[in-house]
Amino acid sequence: MGAIEVEGVSKNFGELCALDNINLDIEPGTVYGLLGPNGAGKTTAVRILTTLLDLDSGRATVAGFDVATQATQLRHVIGLAGQYAAVDEILTGWENIEMVARLYGFNRRESARRGDSLLERFELADARDRQVKTYSGGMRRRLDLAASLVGDPEVLFLDEPTTGLDPRSRFALWDTIEQLVDGGTTLMLTTQYLEEADRLAHRIGVIDHGELIAEGTSDELKGKVGGDVLALEIADASQTAAAAEAVRNVGSEAPRIEGANDVIVPVSTHVGVITDAVRALDAAGIKLTDLAIRRPTLDDVFMTLTGHRAEAEAAADSEPETEPRRKRGGRR
Amino acid sequence: MTTVTEAVRRNRDMSAGRLWSDSVVMTKRNLLKYPRIPTLLVFSTIQPIMFVLLFTYVFGGAIGGVSGNYVDFLLPGIFAQTAIFGSTQTGVGLAEDMHKGLIERYRSLPMSRSAVLVGRTVSDGVRNFFVVWLMTIVGYLVGFRFHGNILQSLAAMLLAVLFGFAFSWISAFIGMTVNDVETAQVAGFVWVFPLTFASSAFVPVASMPGWLQGLTKANPVTVTVDAVRALVLNTPVTPHIWYSLAWLIGILLVFVPLAVRAYRRAV
Repeated sequence: MGAIEVEGVSKNFGELCALDNINLDIEPGTVYGLLGPNGAGKTTAVRILTTLLDLDSGRATVAGFDVATQATQLRHVIGLAGQYAAVDEILTGWENIEMVARLYGFNRRESARRGDSLLERFELADARDRQVKTYSGGMRRRLDLAASLVGDPEVLFLDEPTTGLDPRSRFALWDTIEQLVDGGTTLMLTTQYLEEADRLAHRIGVIDHGELIAEGTSDELKGKVGGDVLALEIADASQTAAAAEAVRNVGSEAPRIEGANDVIVPVSTHVGVITDAVRALDAAGIKLTDLAIRRPTLDDVFMTLTGHRAEAEAAADSEPETEPRRKRGGRR
Repeated sequence: MTTVTEAVRRNRDMSAGRLWSDSVVMTKRNLLKYPRIPTLLVFSTIQPIMFVLLFTYVFGGAIGGVSGNYVDFLLPGIFAQTAIFGSTQTGVGLAEDMHKGLIERYRSLPMSRSAVLVGRTVSDGVRNFFVVWLMTIVGYLVGFRFHGNILQSLAAMLLAVLFGFAFSWISAFIGMTVNDVETAQVAGFVWVFPLTFASSAFVPVASMPGWLQGLTKANPVTVTVDAVRALVLNTPVTPHIWYSLAWLIGILLVFVPLAVRAYRRAV
């Protein structure tokens, strides 16, 4: 039995199709990364699986419990950390955890014990009795994560756990999540960061406009894009097009331009391509700031599968917001 | 799968017991903010105290048609007005919880489905009771006196607070529906203002134009103020008290289910 089983699930918000016939089967004890740009349907999927939102059609179970008919049992065996650290600023760190434990139905003594041990585990013991409003962003996220683990969940949902964190806090949180997974919890993680899915997830589902457009391990997905590439970073952005022209015959396929300064050349062999490229660019009088042969990244995967990039730019384009959210502007 | 069987076992007590214990947890959580943010309590009491003093000294001399001491007439009105104005905070508090993602967390927990709302309305009722006490003390300093016995006096205060509690559920429904803190603030207040002022809270209904008198007499605030006033002045409390209780129960019967439904659907 899969830890999460999803069969033909669809969800519409009025005219908007937020999820379109999604199928998933996630093995117990694994990490599943749901990867996609803003508005792709990631949060909608998590909300349906955590019983926050009703599905329109299809069927979904988590830990064997049906989201539609066994919602209460299901809530006992899941943990959720949403997109924004849902912690109470007035309460202390310990009171936050203790309260969630009480609401899971644990008695006073057990709730107190869970408060202590989880704060210890997430290195918040020193801040135990401080009001959360004095916590840093990283501490709030750790507390939020701790709160999601209060009920010893069989399946844990983390919705964009590192969005809005600085790089150092992000790396620290990745370590924490990796330790957590070693304990055998099934984890579903949504992210817009390819690096994050690559690092944490055993299997990755790529979602765009409510459709699951690809699924597999990180390597399998990279395999779909083809082989390695020679990545060139051009010093002067006005020369990028000329650079792509100059290296036209270096690789196995036509080079493509990504971003203002980057030219990507698919290659079938490593032999000689660097020297060929450097000679061609030198002859054209084009200066480089960087060049490297690399395996395709998930960004390349995204570009190949969807025709647009996964991060930042995708959020800014004119696609409608498929996940109506409350306004949260200016909070961080 | 011990966790699952445990979950099923625990699931059986999703009942009145769970509603009670979860509501206690939520009420405590909401009340904790008053000792933690003392200025909040100060400012939520200044306004009603201001009303007592302003109405007594500014309008007291000008408002006619009141038999006896105006402050004795006024204070029951201020009790009700304070409880009702205070109830508008229920929706604002819920909208804030939603904004911070807390409602989303609560809804993913195996807790009682209405405990979040019960905890919020009850804690606002407790605060209202405290404020009504404080106003009584201020009232006493400016000449107010209960004319009835202690039970009548307590009943007067309690009725005002209970009425505010019923209005808290309307406010909760608004807060869970509008989905935004500022909107909740405005939407929660705008209809309460005419309801309170076009009532018998501050002036006798007889002093109003005829077309307004009809509306004012049917106003739930009027019947409640009349009942509270009768308890304070030790005059016949029926039939006002029955009208007031009928409104109170009617509001709860309509708005508790509506608010709980809105909570279950809120994202």
